[in-house]
Amino acid sequence: MKHIKTTARRLTMSAVAVAGSMVLAACSSGGSDSKDASGALTATGPIKVWYSNNEFEVQWAEKMVADWNNANPDEQVTGQQIPAGKSSEEVIGAAITAGNAPCLVFNTAPVAVPQFQKQGGLVALDSFPDGADYLAERTGDLTDQYQSSDGKTYQMPWKSNPVVLFYNKDIFTAAGLDAENPKLATQAEFLDTARALVESGAVQNAIWPSPASDFFQSWFDFYPFYAANSNGASLVEDGKATFDSDAGKQVATMFETLYQENLASKEVYQGDSFAEGKSAMSLAGPWAINAYKDAVNWGAVAIPGAEAQDDGYTFSDAKNIGLYSACENQGTAWEVLKFATSEEQDGSLLALTGQMPMREDLTSTYADYFAANPAYEQFADQAARTVEVPNVSNSVEVWQTFRTAYAASVVFENQSIDEAFQDAAEKIDQLVAQN
Amino acid sequence: MSLRTVQDSPVGVTANRQLTRPRKKTSPLGRQPLGLLFSAPYVVYVLGVLAFPLGYAVYISFHDYFFTAPGVQVDRPFVGLDNYVTILSDPAVQRSFLNILIFLVINVPLTVGLSLILANALNRVTRLRTFFRVSYFVPYITASVAVVGVWLFLFQENGLVNVLLGPLAPDPSWLVSSWLAMPTVALYVTWKQLGFFILLYLAALQNIPEELYESASVDGANKWAQFWNITVPGVRSASVLVTLLATITGANLFTEPYLLTGGGGPDGASSSPVFLMYQKGILQGNPDVAAALGVVLVLGVLLVALIQKRLVGGKED
Repeated sequence: MKHIKTTARRLTMSAVAVAGSMVLAACSSGGSDSKDASGALTATGPIKVWYSNNEFEVQWAEKMVADWNNANPDEQVTGQQIPAGKSSEEVIGAAITAGNAPCLVFNTAPVAVPQFQKQGGLVALDSFPDGADYLAERTGDLTDQYQSSDGKTYQMPWKSNPVVLFYNKDIFTAAGLDAENPKLATQAEFLDTARALVESGAVQNAIWPSPASDFFQSWFDFYPFYAANSNGASLVEDGKATFDSDAGKQVATMFETLYQENLASKEVYQGDSFAEGKSAMSLAGPWAINAYKDAVNWGAVAIPGAEAQDDGYTFSDAKNIGLYSACENQGTAWEVLKFATSEEQDGSLLALTGQMPMREDLTSTYADYFAANPAYEQFADQAARTVEVPNVSNSVEVWQTFRTAYAASVVFENQSIDEAFQDAAEKIDQLVAQN
Repeated sequence: MSLRTVQDSPVGVTANRQLTRPRKKTSPLGRQPLGLLFSAPYVVYVLGVLAFPLGYAVYISFHDYFFTAPGVQVDRPFVGLDNYVTILSDPAVQRSFLNILIFLVINVPLTVGLSLILANALNRVTRLRTFFRVSYFVPYITASVAVVGVWLFLFQENGLVNVLLGPLAPDPSWLVSSWLAMPTVALYVTWKQLGFFILLYLAALQNIPEELYESASVDGANKWAQFWNITVPGVRSASVLVTLLATITGANLFTEPYLLTGGGGPDGASSSPVFLMYQKGILQGNPDVAAALGVVLVLGVLLVALIQKRLVGGKED
């Protein structure tokens, strides 16, 4: 018995010692030498890139990679879809930590950039000699929204999906409404139309934005309306939350009314409620044209503001390109990035996906395309008036804080909008102030 | 005689033992060094997959920590209990622990009771035994995503349950009611996990001698008396195991609030500590706060498990 105890004690002590040494080893692992950053910027050779699993984007990416590889046999690009995960951002974040992130990711969400930057996972694009000039030349003033607090730009503004209000013409007609000229110019008209749709019995929900608590859900209910209502205000400006204002509360009250009057469901719909005819309206970008073309007889209007306006703003729903610090051949990665955002490749992206390349002169550069595809013209026009998520510290936590307050007050009415927005604004101010 | 004399004295006993059981010279690795070799893979597994992450999580919880790319040098200062203060003063975290308490109060007794009753019934069924056993086990091995889809179909506002209930259907409906969301999740998890716990009880029931039931029957005990006085005490060790496992898996609730109630809704009423760990640690890049939450959860589960073992374990202790 004593022998067993002795052996057990010995085993336990060994285990503790090994575990302790592993912890200590891990604790000291953060201090290893960093790579020669300037050398990596000019290094050339094979690289890996990731892109979205959207079938149209896959088509574009495979063609782009093939075009590059044909022209550059010494600097081959290996492309693959972003590995499966709960979200692309989680996968990229894990890859940064593990040190095996690819050189380029053609689906980097702007909201995740401050976090990736904090992790040391991104390369500032203006570190390249021609970086700042290329950004300014291609994207123009839109680049400013993507500048980080240190004055550098860690993402290439790539493509936007300006959010507009889609509506189902057949349901509008069934409800006795004018489907060609719907009354959706102002938020008051939007509410009246929603009431008419539901009261007619043509549809159970006028609109069905997801009431889920995910931090990004506000981009597809509150934020586009807030952008339209505030002449393009971002959620946070100059380090302060902006939504605790008349413009923000007016939008919140409108959505609260939708829920109170059962014009929108408080349940999460498993699927696409608009495509399946369960709702008459939906907030989406130009990607939806392909998705809805065989399912819905749709029309689209700009997001209504409190007052009717011809040049209202909306949320950009942009996805950008990140160049990651784990990349050994950053010189090649930069050249591939420029190649993938060239006029020719942007045109290919537009033609294959219908998403708007973030170029300064989009409509004039691809005038032929828009002439042949008038359904996309509205989105190209809207692309010039978009608001991005603020590029601030703790960006995801900022959006989660807002979403929690929105759900508590607007959707489930456990708190007043005034109180919830004021509390959330104070918390967000503190989060933004942190490094 | 001389031997008896020696044995009678305490000193003599020692001397005699030394004579009859000479001290063996043992190696530093014990009498069976090969045993250490055989146990090494599991020890390495436990250290690498359980002990090290747990130890590292404790370390992280006491520092201002975030994940970085390899080679990036950042300060990760010791912050004492700051992360613990942050999570314990967070109303969302407090609510999540309350939610888990509600969940466990509903889920654990239901799991223990139903699985014991169903296992007992299945043990006595002679026809279609395999069919019933498989039927109960299928939900357990079916992917949560698929099963959640079925429950959404049943419990949504226009779902089958509300259609059957008609005017008695709750308003707001099951999954968007602050009062009903967590009990619905608890019922779902009970149903999904039941097959596994029934198997545990079925195994335990095989160890109860049939003679006990025959004797009790001869003595005039009815079925209920037999169940209460023979079956329940006979599977006590299994009950301890089922209680502990149901508690531990329940405290780690994640998939159900993530999928069934749209991320812990409505307004956090079905949120769980593990779901918040995911939000804070993975989505928001605050692994230090998430680690502190994890440590508190581990300590809480250990405490509850200890209490349960004392209460349910009885003489098994």
